[in-house]
Amino acid sequence: MSTIQEIQTQIIEDFSFLPEWDERYTYLIELGQKSPALAEAYRTDENLVRGCQSQVWLHRDCCQGIVSLQADSDSLIVKGLAALLLQVFSGQPAEAICQADLHFFEAIGLNQHLSSQRTNGLMAMVEQIKSFAAQCVGK
Amino acid sequence: MTIDIQKIRADFPILHTLVNGKPLVYLDNAATTQKPQIVIDTIVDYYSRYNSNIHRGTHHLSNLATEAHEAARKTVQRYINAEHTHEIIFTRGTTESINLVAYAFGEAFINPGDEIIFTMMEHHSNFVPWQMMCERRGVKYHVVPFDTQGDLRLDIFENLLNERTRLVAFNHVSNALGTINPAQRIIQMAHAAGAVVLLDAAQAVQHVDHDVRALDADFYVFSGHKIYGPTGIGILYGKEALLDAIPPYQGGGEMIEQVTVEKTTYNKLPFKFEAGTPNIVGAIGLAAAIDYLDALNFDEVMAHEDAVLAYGHKKLLEIEGLKIYGNAKRHTSIIPFNIEGVHHYDLGTLLDTRGVAVRTGHHCTQPIMTALGVEGTVRASLALYNNHEDIDVLVESIRQVLKILGR
Repeated sequence: MSTIQEIQTQIIEDFSFLPEWDERYTYLIELGQKSPALAEAYRTDENLVRGCQSQVWLHRDCCQGIVSLQADSDSLIVKGLAALLLQVFSGQPAEAICQADLHFFEAIGLNQHLSSQRTNGLMAMVEQIKSFAAQCVGK
Repeated sequence: MTIDIQKIRADFPILHTLVNGKPLVYLDNAATTQKPQIVIDTIVDYYSRYNSNIHRGTHHLSNLATEAHEAARKTVQRYINAEHTHEIIFTRGTTESINLVAYAFGEAFINPGDEIIFTMMEHHSNFVPWQMMCERRGVKYHVVPFDTQGDLRLDIFENLLNERTRLVAFNHVSNALGTINPAQRIIQMAHAAGAVVLLDAAQAVQHVDHDVRALDADFYVFSGHKIYGPTGIGILYGKEALLDAIPPYQGGGEMIEQVTVEKTTYNKLPFKFEAGTPNIVGAIGLAAAIDYLDALNFDEVMAHEDAVLAYGHKKLLEIEGLKIYGNAKRHTSIIPFNIEGVHHYDLGTLLDTRGVAVRTGHHCTQPIMTALGVEGTVRASLALYNNHEDIDVLVESIRQVLKILGR
């Protein structure tokens, strides 16, 4: 499996072929549509990451120090962004997630979705993944 | 109509910038309005020529700044037709104005057994301070609902009013629905029951009638930045007798008459409520904005905004699956909508790539969204510089965006 760093590099390269905003968002939306919907059983309040504008459901699992994640959102764009995050983090060792420097959003020009803090729940999602990973280390 | 929108647009430099490579179409005016060059120049002039602290005037600059600051108070008084200049209190904005009244009026006049009334249509800033006050004072509040069209249920309001009602707070124009509430009538009803009224004019003072004496509002509040002025400055108007009767809100410099170890006595109006060095340049900038607006014929401004609003309604409704919320009997400047199967965040994000600025979400009015049964809306909101072309770009951009969203 590729490392977090390698996956981020790959995403940045993928987006370099998509110079126009419309192309980037079309790609993101397709990515969101292709990623599986979260099972109803996981759409719980506990898994809900509330944003001011959109909501994300994040299901977390920890098995032998490996973090696996599933996510969904009511917004197609946020679901696409969450799918990118899952590509980077899901299936990775908890320790690697704790140490990861998440830089690809900025590199692909989509940092506004992350830096807008509470608006879409994405930043909160990153924080939750990191704190979950911290608990998962060594388990 | 003699109002020249092209000329007005030329007065607002930001309208000529590019966003994401596209000419900006600014339709988020209910959040904040853009500033005409004269406001920007006034701010630069203040800092370049006479920046100084006020009301301590032994030197020339302090005198200049004090005069300009107090002239700004007169400008606000004239614009809202207050009886006295000292009935105009400078605050940080609508939110602080409301909190000031909720605290100071609450301390002086609200006692256990009393009741207050506000509405389901309020911005959180005219909702939460009252809930906090009621908790602090141990009193009950009632919330007036609105009907499916977005009109307040005045029949319910009438039934809620009683001899225990001390205060009624409501907005003149709803920031989420655009409803123009029948302020005069509501105020008359409240007064007949013996209640004091706070009118939140944050979305009204720049768009509709704003004569506090004709409205007979006891407290009238608004923000500078929504009426083409700077951020960080707002107004609390209160009738003299009421402002005299309520205690200060914050202690500090400016608001005192005499301080001794044993006791402090307070300054007279308006300074009693203006602790600390005020936002001097904000007040002066706000006056410049009001002068700018006042130099136009306000009836023509309203007629222009209404024409663009009506055009916006018509063009948007041509889009399949688009629903406009808030179709009150009288409404202004604000078009809240959703498109079936489309998330407001997705629409707002993609409109932004086309240089179209709208607001999406719950607009700090979660009770309204709950009542409408939605998570949020897209809100296009107008100011005097918007024109039919802005609406055309909005509608065309929505059509393009819907294709990207696979609709």
